[in-house]
Amino acid sequence: MSFPNPLARVFRPPPTPGVLAVFGHLDAAVDAVIALKRGGHQGFTVYSPLPRHELEHALDQPVSPVRMFTLIGGIAGCSIGAWVSLYMSYDWPVQVGGKTIGSIPPYVVIMFEMTVLFGALTTLLGIGFNVLLAATHRGTIAYDPRFSNDKFGIFVPVAAAQSGPVETLLKGCGADEVRRA
Amino acid sequence: MTPTTAPERTTSRVTYDVVTRTIARTLGNPGRGYYLLLGTAVGLFAFGVICLLYLLRYGLGMAGYSMPTYWAIYITCFVFWVGIAHSGTLISAILFLFRSGWRTAVYRVAEIMTVFAVMTAGLFPLIHIGRQWFFYWLVPYPNERGLWPNFKSPLVWDEFAIGTYFTVSTCFLIMGLIPDIAAVRDVATGWRRKLYTLTAIGWRGTNEQWRHYRPAYLYLAALATPLVLSVHSVVSWDFAMAQVPAWHETLFAPYFVAGAIYSGCAMVITLLVPLRKLFRLEQLVTVHHFENLAKLCLLTGMIVCYAYSIENFVAWYGGPTPERQAFWYRAFGRFWWGGWTMNICNAFLPWLLWFKRVRTNITALFVIAFFVNLGMWMERFVIIAVHLAGEPFAPFVRAGYNATWADWGIMAGSFGWFFMWFLLFVKNFPSVSVAEVKEELPPPRRAAGKHA
Repeated sequence: MSFPNPLARVFRPPPTPGVLAVFGHLDAAVDAVIALKRGGHQGFTVYSPLPRHELEHALDQPVSPVRMFTLIGGIAGCSIGAWVSLYMSYDWPVQVGGKTIGSIPPYVVIMFEMTVLFGALTTLLGIGFNVLLAATHRGTIAYDPRFSNDKFGIFVPVAAAQSGPVETLLKGCGADEVRRA
Repeated sequence: MTPTTAPERTTSRVTYDVVTRTIARTLGNPGRGYYLLLGTAVGLFAFGVICLLYLLRYGLGMAGYSMPTYWAIYITCFVFWVGIAHSGTLISAILFLFRSGWRTAVYRVAEIMTVFAVMTAGLFPLIHIGRQWFFYWLVPYPNERGLWPNFKSPLVWDEFAIGTYFTVSTCFLIMGLIPDIAAVRDVATGWRRKLYTLTAIGWRGTNEQWRHYRPAYLYLAALATPLVLSVHSVVSWDFAMAQVPAWHETLFAPYFVAGAIYSGCAMVITLLVPLRKLFRLEQLVTVHHFENLAKLCLLTGMIVCYAYSIENFVAWYGGPTPERQAFWYRAFGRFWWGGWTMNICNAFLPWLLWFKRVRTNITALFVIAFFVNLGMWMERFVIIAVHLAGEPFAPFVRAGYNATWADWGIMAGSFGWFFMWFLLFVKNFPSVSVAEVKEELPPPRRAAGKHA
């Protein structure tokens, strides 16, 4: 007798039904992306062992929001650097050589380093949010180990009953292999 | 997208599959030569640990310090290793922004070198402070006496600069590694497959992943570029802000940055020559890459040569007696051998790199790079220990400086520590970028045939 496990759907989601195509040539994969978009298909995934501008142009995806993470991190770092150095100087004021207690020029170094540090860390955070969290559901779609080596791939989520036209389209564009997943 | 280099420059008849297989092969059994090098590195490290324990037991009196030379081998090693770390981010970030395609085959080695060199450098201030267990006093944290660090001190700037540099370099290395780990994951078996599955953190090369990855890498490169220039400038201000003859120079920041990149490029050549042989990477790392590294060495070597000339000239032309005496002591004092070693290795030797025959001869480059490393270590020793030992203020401080076997042992141990981590890393993770080397190859197209 098996007990119901409500968390299974979260941690082991069922595979997404669809069609997986393997391409040996970049231009064939680009043609397939254009044909799929023309055919009104959305939510398909393109696999590539390296970033290629031909694919980026064909997909025409929106600009990544990672840049906002970098900008916010950089501004936060600069502010924290200024605050830390100025606050700590005035909290323990020691006058040396008649210099100002809170002197901006030497603190620019701290502000700069903190800008870079926080900017870099929030960029990583941006990648984490945008890529890794998305990867949890992406684990349910089919993948082929050759996609990290020398093949390009396209996965089109489609119910088994409607997969025929998609398979024909992908084969027509020059896919080396097309299979249901 | 980086422009494609001519095929004969990168490799001939190399396909995406060859790139993956060649780099995945480096994770297999590397042969006896590798283990011999690793054993030597571990041995040196173990000796360094023994010396450090000796120092811990008997205190800094065992470090050979004598008035006024309280900064010597440990600070020399610190500056040397920070300098070594510089070319890594230069090659991976600055050359990325300049779209220099040749960097793809060598930047991973440079980045690995950077991370472990900063790690090694970070040990020395801790060793130098004597009571290592109080290292956390450097960090600004609320304490019962309400004390805060002095943010006007270059030593505090340095702590922030090195901490930031280590963090950002590590982020950069990890970012670049993720797609490559995924590539070797898909051809690995056994425990390695499990390790790479874990460390690839779900990378599959989907359009969504590349969409975020590409700009993030660009922003990290843009952040790291001014960082490269700032870190060694900040290190140079540790000296330039002090009122010590031959230290108090406005020239120090560009002089140190150029010297750091110079020594870093030389270390990349020193590491890459045996690595290429051990891992049979001749197809991916070609003479063209070594020639470009040699050109970087030549450029920065010329700047260093100019800096040496100008600081000697200014000491003579400027006229202050202590400054003149300091430079006289450097050339003809007790440590004349140090001054001349740095001049010959750093200022004269790079002139050989003007000749293409030398730049394209890997054995010659390896020998030159070795001497540049030696010269750059000696430069830091001369700037730090020799100028302190020769401070011409009062006769009573003329005690000089005599390094002890513990000093030399800890220095040797730092080389062992660095090479040990480096060798372990390159054996277990891709030492050449899989994805970026592929970017340099023409993609397979139907029209022109495979990889035409």
